[in-house]
Amino acid sequence: MVNWHRLANPTSFLKWSRRVLPWASVTTVILLAAGLYLSLFVAPPDYQQGETVRIMFVHVPSAWMALFTYAVMAGASATGLIWKSPLSHLTAKAAAPIGASFTLLALVTGALWGQPMWGTWWVWDARLTSVLILFFLYLGYIALWEAIDDYTRAAKSTAILALVGVVNIPIIKFSVDWWNTLHQPASVLRMDGPSIHPSLLVPLLVMGGAFTGYFIVVLLIRLEREILARQAQVLRRAQLRS
Amino acid sequence: MEPVSEFLHMGGYALFVWPAFAVAAVVLTVLLVWSIRDLRRERDLLESLPRRRSKAQPAEAEDDS
Amino acid sequence: MTTFLQIVARDVRLAFRQGGATMLVVVFFVLAVALFPLGVGPETAVLRRIAPGVIWVAALLAAMLSLDRLFQVDFEDGSLDQLALAPLPLELVAAAKCLAHWLSTGLPLVVISPLLGVLLELNGEAHAALLLAMAAGTPALSLVGGIGAALTVSIRRGGVLLSLLVLPLYIPVLIFGTGAIDAAAMGLEGGAHLLVLAALLAAALPLAPWAIAGALRLNLE
Repeated sequence: MVNWHRLANPTSFLKWSRRVLPWASVTTVILLAAGLYLSLFVAPPDYQQGETVRIMFVHVPSAWMALFTYAVMAGASATGLIWKSPLSHLTAKAAAPIGASFTLLALVTGALWGQPMWGTWWVWDARLTSVLILFFLYLGYIALWEAIDDYTRAAKSTAILALVGVVNIPIIKFSVDWWNTLHQPASVLRMDGPSIHPSLLVPLLVMGGAFTGYFIVVLLIRLEREILARQAQVLRRAQLRS
Repeated sequence: MEPVSEFLHMGGYALFVWPAFAVAAVVLTVLLVWSIRDLRRERDLLESLPRRRSKAQPAEAEDDS
Repeated sequence: MTTFLQIVARDVRLAFRQGGATMLVVVFFVLAVALFPLGVGPETAVLRRIAPGVIWVAALLAAMLSLDRLFQVDFEDGSLDQLALAPLPLELVAAAKCLAHWLSTGLPLVVISPLLGVLLELNGEAHAALLLAMAAGTPALSLVGGIGAALTVSIRRGGVLLSLLVLPLYIPVLIFGTGAIDAAAMGLEGGAHLLVLAALLAAALPLAPWAIAGALRLNLE
């Protein structure tokens, strides 16, 4: 059993993290190799979309991770505000660039899928629009961290922003969905078929696993960096005082 | 058509399928490399700081407000 | 309660005096809307079609313009510290500041908006919807914007950052505000949109002052 309480202590967390990292990396590489093999060689071309359906195997996991990362960020922000654990704020900070990258990927691969399927790089489809807004939320969060010099103030301010964002995401999603049904051009093909065939679902899930593994690996690396940076900051200040 | 070139051809959609995978590879690799580089830099920086209080671990990032 | 009203009255007075925020915001609003016919051409059909969106986008930007000074002036001259020590909870101080912001910028926008409807040749039924939607939507803008203003209060030149934080959160108000006017312009029942706008306001009313007070406390510690 992992002793969660001890993990909240940065030093013991680093020990744990350095033990876990190799295993997480190996698992991610294996999942990624399997996922790429399944999605490029095994999965059959779709009868409607042809080979472009393979774009789904990077697009959909990216979109999943874009949302999942925000959930991690908001959860970490909430625990940071409530229990004042220093590690939580750093986790949220470390996660943000990963989430922004996944969101960017979801947008770019969505455009690359849209061009052959819809005949245009971009449509103001409800999902694409929501993901675009999510991207701006990430950028705002990262920019606020950068803008405030004092660590404690930055940590708490960004935590409040992340929580305000998480309250707003369902509202934004709802309004964009609703807006889209009004303005949806009739010719647009729906991206989501009636139900997804297992021959596509299995590669999709494996790729989803690989992306999750990648998230964990990069999160641990970035988190260690944030912890060390914070230690250096505290150390420097202590030396200045003495 | 040869199997390899047929595979690369992607049923005529090569121009979209491969860039999608390539973009994903590039973005995820760049983020990983950046993260590792930042970590290395931070480690070196921490090493270079003279540790006067060698025993006291400054690990607990106490709230300083 | 008297403290609450004092804060509101003081802020409103400051905004109206000084040749201050109110005048600038209204001029900006009218000017921004007036640029559109010059950009897209004077065709009635086109203007009428884009009028709701144009007016709302201009309203979002106008409301945002005056946000960065919402708490910053008080923060810099120390009166925010005094307000925090007042018997009134900081949440209510935040609500008072947002109310004052709405009275001094949101309400003038509501009042001037029929004129812009006329400029963009909005038809008769849509005018009532425009007024109602603006009346229900602009208070939400002041409340949500207040969160951004509180988070960036200690940041010098935080204006651009503030817009990055606040504009995505304004999107639901934009969508439903525009929707209400669009529906009325097409002769449909726009009541549902107005109800959603009212619901957004009802949700922001307790939550935003709470978040604002939290953000302000960080900066006062």
